[in-house]
Amino acid sequence: MNRHLSYHSDNFLAEHEAAATGGASGVVDVRKLGRRRFLQLTGVAGGGLMLGVSVACGERSSATAANVGEFAPNAYLRISESGIVICAPNPEVGQGVKTALPMIVAEELDAAWTDVRVEQSAIDAALYARQVAGGSRSIPAEWDVLRQAGAAARSMLVSAAAARWGVAEAQCSTADSTVHHTASGRSLRYVELANDAARLRVPDAKRVALKSRADYTLLGRRISGVDNRSLVTGQPLFGIDQVQPGMRYAVYQKCPATGGSVVSANLDAVKKLPGVLDAFVLKGNGNVGELMPGVAIVARSTWAALQAKQQLQVQWDETGAAKDSWDATIAQANAAMRSGGGDVIADRGQVDAAFAAAPVTREAHYRYAFASHAQLEPQNCTAWFRDGSIELWAPTQTPQRGLASVAATLGIAPDKVTVHQTRAGGGFGRRLTNDSMCEAAAIAQRVDAPVKLQWTREDDMNHDFFRAGGFHELKGAVDAAGKLSAWQQHFVTFARDGALVSGGGMSDQIFPSPMLANYRLTQTSLAWDTPCGAWRAPGSNVYSFVVQSFLHEMAVAAKRDHLEFLLEVFGEPRWFEEGNLWSVHTGRAAAVIKLAAQRAGWGQPMPQGRALGLAFYFSHAGHIAEVADVSVSSDKKIKVHRVTVVADVGPIVNLSMAENQCQGSVVDGLSTMLAQKITIENGRIEQQNFDQYALLRMPHTPQVDVHFIASDFPPTGLGEPALPPLAPAVCNAIYSASGHRIRTLPIAEEGFSV
Amino acid sequence: MLTLNVNGKAYALEDVDPDTPLLWVLRDNLNLVGAKYGCGIGQCGACTVLVDGTPVRSCSYSVAIAAEHAVTTVEGLAVAEDSLHVLQQAWIDLDVAQCGYCQAGQLMSTAALLAKKPEPSDDDIDAALAGNLCRCGTYLRIRAAIHAAAKAAQTQEAGA
Repeated sequence: MNRHLSYHSDNFLAEHEAAATGGASGVVDVRKLGRRRFLQLTGVAGGGLMLGVSVACGERSSATAANVGEFAPNAYLRISESGIVICAPNPEVGQGVKTALPMIVAEELDAAWTDVRVEQSAIDAALYARQVAGGSRSIPAEWDVLRQAGAAARSMLVSAAAARWGVAEAQCSTADSTVHHTASGRSLRYVELANDAARLRVPDAKRVALKSRADYTLLGRRISGVDNRSLVTGQPLFGIDQVQPGMRYAVYQKCPATGGSVVSANLDAVKKLPGVLDAFVLKGNGNVGELMPGVAIVARSTWAALQAKQQLQVQWDETGAAKDSWDATIAQANAAMRSGGGDVIADRGQVDAAFAAAPVTREAHYRYAFASHAQLEPQNCTAWFRDGSIELWAPTQTPQRGLASVAATLGIAPDKVTVHQTRAGGGFGRRLTNDSMCEAAAIAQRVDAPVKLQWTREDDMNHDFFRAGGFHELKGAVDAAGKLSAWQQHFVTFARDGALVSGGGMSDQIFPSPMLANYRLTQTSLAWDTPCGAWRAPGSNVYSFVVQSFLHEMAVAAKRDHLEFLLEVFGEPRWFEEGNLWSVHTGRAAAVIKLAAQRAGWGQPMPQGRALGLAFYFSHAGHIAEVADVSVSSDKKIKVHRVTVVADVGPIVNLSMAENQCQGSVVDGLSTMLAQKITIENGRIEQQNFDQYALLRMPHTPQVDVHFIASDFPPTGLGEPALPPLAPAVCNAIYSASGHRIRTLPIAEEGFSV
Repeated sequence: MLTLNVNGKAYALEDVDPDTPLLWVLRDNLNLVGAKYGCGIGQCGACTVLVDGTPVRSCSYSVAIAAEHAVTTVEGLAVAEDSLHVLQQAWIDLDVAQCGYCQAGQLMSTAALLAKKPEPSDDDIDAALAGNLCRCGTYLRIRAAIHAAAKAAQTQEAGA
């Protein structure tokens, strides 16, 4: 946390706002300023030295922040005699941004990667616009800002060296954290120039020259993660590893059906249990993303708290609690599909006429179950409430939002809340919601010591924000030329209080809609109370299964090769929305599909009972095709031998993690489609732990070949988009190998297993 | 009072319930947090440590039983504090981890495997690590790192 800035920001900025605008100015609320605006202000107004004191990155005390001789032209790096530090602003949840984002700065800085020490940034909305791990957005959102941060610093170091030598800047070059003057053979290391550079004016970030891609020496290489040594030696990186002096250990029991409140609990008996310090009821604030009613137990150790939780008896009032039933829902959804209809989301062209004229039509119903995030580190948070302020150590994907949620829950001002982001043992969307932070905060407010709240695995599975299940009724038509001529889809999904659940709304922008002239999408929602949330590639992770499987069904109905049929749907290379990275580019789509087919040996003869399955999906700005090589036995055992992944996400930042993300997405996709299913009865989750919710294990892991088409489009993220194509690729292979069309996920529902 | 031998060091445990799982004593009492809590029922393997060289799920293994044996955690895998075990080096070289939460458990299961089978096949690796979940799906890199480490260990031995 940059205390200097938070404590004195108003005066500091007011002064420099005045200087920048050449006149008097009111006080600037630093928390309302966007980062760019902030840097513009300070960049124009401040000397480097002043900036070095004020916007330096990292979690440091104000004493060290004031070090004279430290060069810190922006919030992403600082250089002093002791070395080069680059700050990683976004949460690390396993997607690799703690390494990748600093690499971008280092590339433009021309710092040798071995000279760089990476620090996790403080949580500060004034310095960092978007400290989020979500939406595969870290790379695209930070790309320009980080390049400019590195390039601005580099240009200042060159200026400092040129001035020292009395030569023209144009005669100087940089490499490996050093400025060189080739003509005279002189060199100065960045660390030797920090003092001088700190006195220079910070250039306008947008005007500094950026490298061309051909000159990259770091980006695109395989770089081992910056935390790897700490990880493999068991250092305390994660939320669960946090320790504070005199820390207490807490657990929290909520009603198994979301929304139930506490009538009574055997608190007196629980308080007498060994190691228990306190037990009390929290009423909650009614916000399922913050604090729901429950009973907190505070103990001297995690084990004492867990043991006491076993003895806890709570009488719940479930008047307002969820009563959801998955079995009843299936019946309701089937009835809704039979009755047709639904709200019209899109109706283009002449759908009915196209169907009437089509020589070949097909209809099918698809369905998928609810799923849990099952991130391996159960939710936890350490909180310390002192003198009206609170400090939290949290594994969260949204630390800035978590800070606001904690302030709202406790009814204190946001500037009384400090959040330290820890590494997180997986996210997958679960940690976008900060309920565990709010619970820890509310418990800490009642405890005169730091307290670590630990959820059990059972807590985690019971109180997830689930990937919503869904039902799709599809109808497709093929014209006389064998081309897909019309598409009709009725989606039966869920809504709470009239609002569609997170991850449960379809737009007409979802492929193949943009490519079809005759297209109709309708939607029906069923009432639902159990919380739903973003689950890795929200929406896409299931819509892909539905539409890419049904496209294959249509190819089969048309008696066409799937590859040829799919490419034909895309048509000529064009951007669906010119210049918008978040829209499909049919040329990029066709390129990844063709290359995946080629690399997987599409069209080659396969042994009996074994086949290739193809699928493409566009999500999170990533164009990705996958081909699965699958064997199916007569007793419905499948073996996925190999999955070929071809991705176009522009230039690759860290090849090692990019490949790792694609392999992991394939494993995650396969894991989920095989057997993962959350069922709910009377508002209660029926699966409690990994013995009832199976994750893929090593013996069933396929070979995964990953290839990147590193196109010249700006780079985009890889945390999510390689997951959606996996399930339909495998299901299409199962069909081609066995003739069995899978229309239900997980495939265990149709009797298949590994 | 129990005495627990972890990574060659004896710890006197005062006021610890002998039924406490080894995992929580390591984490809360000894501040050795490499072993992780994932499920509490021996399903995920994130808590794996070695007891007399055999991998156990420390979430389901009482400290009283462990006290009679030598416990090794990921913190004690390397021979010296500033050195790395050949497996740790391979994990870094191949950039195995994504979130990294399961990797201490993966490393400990692997250490036990290599002690028995210095040159394991893929099938040996699959059998030894089937009890360790990786939610991020780094299995292929774990397998590759084990082969790389086995090779490095052979080379070291040959050179010694």
